[in-house]
Amino acid sequence: MSQLIGVPREIEAGEKRVATVPDVVQRLIKLGFRVAVQSGAGDAANFADDTYRAAGAEIVGDAERLWATADIVFKVRAPSMVEVEAMRRGTTLVSFVWPAQNPQLLEALAARQATVLAMDSVPRISRAQKLDALSSMANIAGYRAVIEAAHAFGRFFTGQITAAGKVPPAKVFIIGAGVAGLAAIGAASGLGAIVRANDTRPEVGDQIKSLGGEFVPVEYVEEGTGVGGYAKVMSEGFQKAQREVFAKQAKEVDVIITTALIPGKPAPRLITAEMVRSMRPGSVIVDLAAEQGGNCELTEPGQVAVKHGVTIIGYTDLPSRLARQSSTLYATNLLRLTEELCKAKDGVLNVNMDDEVIRGTTVIKEGAITWPPPPPKLSAAPPKPPAKAAPAPAKAHGHGAAGAPSSARTTAIAFLIAAALFWFIGANAPAAFIGHFTVFVLACFVGYMVIWNVTPALHTPLMSVTNAISSIIAIGALVQVAPPIGEASDRPTAWIVALALISIALVAINMFGGFAVTQRMLQMFRK
Amino acid sequence: MSATLLTVSYLGAAILFILSLGGLSNPESSRRGNLYGMIGMAIAVLATVLGPQVTKAGYPWIIAALVVGAAIGVYAARVVRMTQMPELVALMHSLVGLAAVLVGFANYIDPAASAGFRGAEKTIHEIEIYIGVLIGAVTFSGSIIAFGKLSAKISGRPLLLPARHWINLAGLLVVIWCGGWFINSHSIPEGMKPLVVMTLIALLFGIHMVMAIGGADMPVVVSMLNSYSGWAAAATGFMLSNDLLIVTGALVGSSGAILSYIMCRAMNRNFVAVIAGGFGTEGGKPAAAGAQPAGEVSPISAADTAELLRGAKNVIIVPGYGMAVAQAQHTVYEITKHLRDKGVNVRFGIHPVAGRMPGHMNVLLAEARVPYDIVMEMDEINQDFPDTDVAMVIGANDIVNPAAQEDPASPIAGMPVLEVWKAKNSIVMKRSMASGYAGVDNPLFYKENNRMLFGDAKKMLGEVLVALKA
Repeated sequence: MSQLIGVPREIEAGEKRVATVPDVVQRLIKLGFRVAVQSGAGDAANFADDTYRAAGAEIVGDAERLWATADIVFKVRAPSMVEVEAMRRGTTLVSFVWPAQNPQLLEALAARQATVLAMDSVPRISRAQKLDALSSMANIAGYRAVIEAAHAFGRFFTGQITAAGKVPPAKVFIIGAGVAGLAAIGAASGLGAIVRANDTRPEVGDQIKSLGGEFVPVEYVEEGTGVGGYAKVMSEGFQKAQREVFAKQAKEVDVIITTALIPGKPAPRLITAEMVRSMRPGSVIVDLAAEQGGNCELTEPGQVAVKHGVTIIGYTDLPSRLARQSSTLYATNLLRLTEELCKAKDGVLNVNMDDEVIRGTTVIKEGAITWPPPPPKLSAAPPKPPAKAAPAPAKAHGHGAAGAPSSARTTAIAFLIAAALFWFIGANAPAAFIGHFTVFVLACFVGYMVIWNVTPALHTPLMSVTNAISSIIAIGALVQVAPPIGEASDRPTAWIVALALISIALVAINMFGGFAVTQRMLQMFRK
Repeated sequence: MSATLLTVSYLGAAILFILSLGGLSNPESSRRGNLYGMIGMAIAVLATVLGPQVTKAGYPWIIAALVVGAAIGVYAARVVRMTQMPELVALMHSLVGLAAVLVGFANYIDPAASAGFRGAEKTIHEIEIYIGVLIGAVTFSGSIIAFGKLSAKISGRPLLLPARHWINLAGLLVVIWCGGWFINSHSIPEGMKPLVVMTLIALLFGIHMVMAIGGADMPVVVSMLNSYSGWAAAATGFMLSNDLLIVTGALVGSSGAILSYIMCRAMNRNFVAVIAGGFGTEGGKPAAAGAQPAGEVSPISAADTAELLRGAKNVIIVPGYGMAVAQAQHTVYEITKHLRDKGVNVRFGIHPVAGRMPGHMNVLLAEARVPYDIVMEMDEINQDFPDTDVAMVIGANDIVNPAAQEDPASPIAGMPVLEVWKAKNSIVMKRSMASGYAGVDNPLFYKENNRMLFGDAKKMLGEVLVALKA
C-alpha cells in the first residue's frame, strides 16, 4: 500500500513558502506515493490549487483531515503545538525542526510516536548536498539580502558615467562567506557594486575572488574552520583585530551584509553602534543573523530600523520573501530526501539508520529521540577506498624512459638468452652475415631510442611516415629489373622482371602516397 | 656511379630516415622530418637506379612502374578523409607485404642472385628468403583484413574459431617443416613447392590472426602490422645483403613494436593476449558480472548542455571513436572556438587507444584546425579533472570507465582511464545505452554528476552549437 504524503498550508504568520510544488508532486507520484495538498497551500508562492491537481495531487479542504490521513507530512516551518495535536500517531514528519532550540517540540513529537526528519540537521557531507535545505535557503537569503539592500539604498549599485554626471559604484562589505555570503557576493557584484568580503576561514578567499569579490583578511594568525566546514568561536585577540578591520570598512563602504553564524551559538556581535555611527548617512546594513540575535548591535529582528541615518534591515524571513523560488528549491530538497528514503520506488518510506545521511537527519525515530546524532565522520575529502585496484602501470609515456627498470632477475635472464643467441650466431654464421647482423641490431636500438621520443599526438603521422619509409623495399625490386649479368640461359628473365615491376609499382604507391599523406597531416597540426 | 659511392648514398639515406623519425618528436619539427624522409628516399632510389646494379635497359621499365604507382599513391593521399586514415595505412602496409613476397619469389627464381653462395651461406640465404616471404605474406593478408575491418567491409566482431590456438600451432609446425624441405631441396622447381605451401599458410594465418581481433584492439593490430612491414623489409635486406634495407626495416619494425607496446599498455593488456584474439575470453567473467547493478541514468537535452558549457570555466572534451564515426570533429571545433572566444578554457583529453589507430584523435582534431597545444595526453590532463566544470565525452566508453579503477573484478581492471567522473559535471554523448567494445557496463553513466546526451554525435553537437550561439 503506497503511503500518502500530506502538505499542509504553513500557518506561521508571514510564511509564504510551501513544502512542495507541482513539478515535484509528479516526481513523488512516480516514486509510488500519493500526494494530498491542503487547499491554498501554495497560494502565497503563486502555485494555485489547480496546478497541484493537474500534477496529480489531491486537494484537501481542511488541515484537520489532512493531518489525520497523511502517513508522511512535508512542512517548511517546524510544526506548532496545535499541529502536533492534530497529527496522527506514527506519522513521519519532514520539516525544519531546530531540535536544539525546541526541546519541548521534540518531546511532544516523540509522544506522538512520530518519526521526524529535520531538514536543518542534514549532515554536511558531499553526498547529502542535494538535500541540504539550509544551503538552498541560505543561497536565497543571500541573494535577497542584496536586493533588499539595493531597495533601501538610495543610489545605483553600479558605477556609470552619464550625461548628467558620474556615478561612483556602491561599495558592499559582506561578512561571512558561507553559502549566504557567497550568494550575496555574486548578486552584489552582478549588480555592479565593488564587493569586499571577510571570513574567519582563510580558505574561502579563493571562492570570494571567484565570485568577483575582494577578500579582506584579518591579519591575525588563527585557524577558523570548525567541524563540518562551519566557522567556530575565535579568540579574544582575533576578535579585536577583526573589529579594527570592520571599523575601517564601515567608514568606507555603503552597504554591509552580515551573515556570520556559529552553529548552536548566538550570533557574534560584529558591528558595534560606534561603527554604525561612523557610516555615511543613507548606508544600509542587512543582518542575516537577525533571528539568532543579530551581528549588529542595533538590529531589531524582523524589522527595518533607521539608526544614525543608517537603514538596518533585520528581516528573518528573507527566503519567504522569494517564496516561489525557495519553495521550488525546498521541494526539490525534500524530493531528493524522499528518493534516498525510498530506494525501492514502491511508495513506502524506509528510514535506514545505517545510512549516514539519513541517520544524521532523523531526530526522532518512532517516538525515540535520536538527536543529536554522532558527529559526522569527516569534514573534508573521504579517504581513498582501500580496495583500490593495482596501481596504474608506470607513467613513462612517450618521453624518454621506457617504464621502470625491470628487476635484476629478469634482466639477468634476458642477458643470458641474448648471450646464448649471440654465441650461436657467432659460432655458425658466415662473416658476411655477421656484418649485416651487426647493422640490424644497432639499427633496432637506434629505432628504439628515436621512437620513444615521438610525441603521442604524432603517432598517426609516425605510422604513415614509417610506412612510407618501408617503401625502401623498392630497392630490392629495382636491382632485379636489369642486373648487369647478361643473358644467362637458365634465368627466367620475363618472370623476374614482371614480378619486380609489379613490386615497384606497388611500393611506389606506398612511397609517394605515404609521404604525401604524412605531409598533408602534418600541415594540419597548428598552434 | 661506383659501388662505394652507392654505399655512401645509402648511408646518407639511412641517416636521413633516422632524422625523419626524430623530427616527429614535436609538431614544429615534424614537417622538416617528413622532408628528410622524402630526400632520403629520393637519394636511395636514385643511387640504386644509377648504381652498378641496374643497367640502362631497365630505366624505361622502372620509370613507367614508378610513375604508375606514384600517380595512384598521390591521388589516394589527396582524396583520403582523415577519418579513413587507419584504413589507408592498413592498405599501404599490405602493399609492402605483397612487395616483400614478390621480391622474395623473384629472388629465389633468379639463379644469378644466389650464384656466389656455398654451404652455410647458401642455407642462410634461403632462410632469409623463406622468412622474408613468410613475414611479407602475413603482413599482406593481415593488412587486407585489417583494412576490411577498419572500413567496415568486414564485421569488427572478433571471429573466434574453435581450437584456434591449435590451428595456429599446426600452421606453425607445417611452416617449419616446409622450411626444412625448402632448404634441402636441390633445384628451384623442387623448392617452389614448399615455398608456395608456406606462403598459402602464411596468408591464411594473417587472415585468421586479424579476424580474431576485435574492433577496439585495432590500434594494436595496425601498429603491429606496421612493425611487420618493417621486419619484412629487414628480411629482404638480409636476402639482398643490403644494409640500407636492413637499417630502414629495423627502424620501422621497432617503431611499430613500440607503438604496439604503448597501445597494449594503454589498455592494460598483454601483447600476446591481444594477438591471441578475443576480448574477455581470458579475463574470465562475462560483462557486468562484477560490475555494479545498472542504475538510473539522467538524460540531458542539447539546450541544457549548452547552458552547462556556457556557465563553465574549465571544459575538457574527451573524444572517442564515436566522434570519428559521426564525423563530428568540425562541429566540436566550432563549439571549442565559440567557448574559447567567450574565455572558457577548453582542452582535449586523448586516451592513447582512442580511435582505431595510434594518434587517430589527434589527427582528426588537427584536421578540424584544433590547435595542438590544447590537445593533451591522458597523463597530462588526468589530474586536472577535479578542477573541471564540465567534462564532455564524445563517443567514447571504455576509456572513461571508472570500473577500471574501482572494480578489481572488472575485465578492464587496471586499464588507465581518463578520470572524467572527477569533474563537477560530466556529459556523455552516446547513441544508446549499449555497452562499449569491451562489453563492460560503465558505472560512469549512473554517477550523480553525469548526464547522458543521447543521439548521433554530429547532430547533437550541432544542436548544442546552435543553442550556444543563441
